[in-house]
Amino acid sequence: MRLPGFDARIALSAASPRRPSRSKEDTLKSTALHDWHAARGAKMAPFAGYEMPITYPTGAVEEHLITRRSVGLFDIDHMGQIEVSGPGADDFVSRMVSARVLDMKDGDARYSLLLAEDGGVTDDLFIYRLPGRWWIVVNASNRETDYAWFRKNAPAGVKVEDLSDDTYMIAVQGPRAIELLGAAADFDVPGMTRFTSAKGSLLGVPCLVGRTGYTGEDGAELFFPARDAVKLWDGLLALAAKKGIEAAPIGLAARDSLRFEAGMPLHGHEISPSINPVEAGFKWACDLEKDFVGKKAVTDLAEKGPARKLVGLDVTGGVPREGYEVQATDGRTVGLCAAGMFCPTVKKYAANAFVPPELSKVGTPLKVVIHGKPKDAVVVKRPLYVPAYRR
Amino acid sequence: MKIDAAARYRSSHEWARKEGSLIVTGISDHAQESLGDIVFVEFPEVGKTLKQGETFGVIESVKAASDLYMPMGGKIAAVNEALGGDPSAVNKDCYGAGWLIKFEPTNPSEWDGLLSAGDYEKEAAAH
Repeated sequence: MRLPGFDARIALSAASPRRPSRSKEDTLKSTALHDWHAARGAKMAPFAGYEMPITYPTGAVEEHLITRRSVGLFDIDHMGQIEVSGPGADDFVSRMVSARVLDMKDGDARYSLLLAEDGGVTDDLFIYRLPGRWWIVVNASNRETDYAWFRKNAPAGVKVEDLSDDTYMIAVQGPRAIELLGAAADFDVPGMTRFTSAKGSLLGVPCLVGRTGYTGEDGAELFFPARDAVKLWDGLLALAAKKGIEAAPIGLAARDSLRFEAGMPLHGHEISPSINPVEAGFKWACDLEKDFVGKKAVTDLAEKGPARKLVGLDVTGGVPREGYEVQATDGRTVGLCAAGMFCPTVKKYAANAFVPPELSKVGTPLKVVIHGKPKDAVVVKRPLYVPAYRR
Repeated sequence: MKIDAAARYRSSHEWARKEGSLIVTGISDHAQESLGDIVFVEFPEVGKTLKQGETFGVIESVKAASDLYMPMGGKIAAVNEALGGDPSAVNKDCYGAGWLIKFEPTNPSEWDGLLSAGDYEKEAAAH
């Protein structure tokens, strides 16, 4: 066998952005927790210009399961943060992103797409409305593209700043995450509703806390000064141990399987510059009652009907992966897998694939070609795992 | 890394061990450690004859698929069906419960060309 070696060659779906962005220095950056991860035996790999932990010795499957049953801590400092402020910022943000944002109140957080004029998905975002400013969380691999796009389109008076380098970001996710954060905070974290944010202190570190996440579990994403990264990370793990709450650091491999199972898209896979939101089932993230960049392409395709649709496939007899061919039962090629993997909670080998609409109905039998052999697959309802906060 | 001193090895990280007239094969501790969690094993058909170095199956970890190579030529006598339900035995016990296939060797002298435990250990450690 040929060992993959945990380096850039690995076929890690979370680590294969279509167009890897480079840091300004064109060298690999590391996060403030890099040495912490390395000291605990994490396998590290480059992702979007950062050397990030992929798995710890715990193993990706167990890391996934720990997050589902208790608490996982994720170093996601590679994520970017862009702040928009100044007179006209509200209308500018509203015109740039697909989701309705003008009804948001201070503290609200909302998912949105960032589209090109042709309807292709430049990125997906989490937008926070804060007093006097918009706080936009962007994918690591798209940070520079997004920033340049916002800058290019910003009218006079609107200030666009990339605050990623000064901002640390970790996610605390799982059914006991809020209990842990509540014990760490000097304010009422458990009292926050989902998709809101609040400012306060966690273990003495000033944080913006968003009741958001990317795992299908309840939890929060924390933004705070980079110099406090080790203090807060170690502090949360120590507090969890003291309170008898099982908690562990989780790498990007489990982050990918958690988001996949919960039906969340990963840019470059289920959504990308060559995919229209209508094809990927993200029309719900587009507010067709307002004007925004890419709206015409979305409404046109919605009217005409897409030629392909994103479906979930349950596969028997192998592990489907990105780029694998999807066939109809008569052997004709009908699409490609956008992502695929073993799903530890539901114990299935599953793929997300783009197929013609007539083959997209739940229950439709299809094939996925794995190592040259067509394997049985069936269209299943997405998500495979219903996020805990939606039940 | 753990080494089974009774086994011989291929540079490509498969081990082979004599069991009566059969050869048992699996992947080394170094290999399972490098791959991470194993989630699927694709086996050959029992009764199939394969040459030394031919692909006998595929082992899938969370993030990668790797071909498995015959340490010696032979006719497949058994595959480890128990791994179908839970392939994590490959991670937990790669020289024992995590074995992959058993085969009748076509040419038993191919054994002599395999790496000794000590030589494999040195080679794997260098990577």
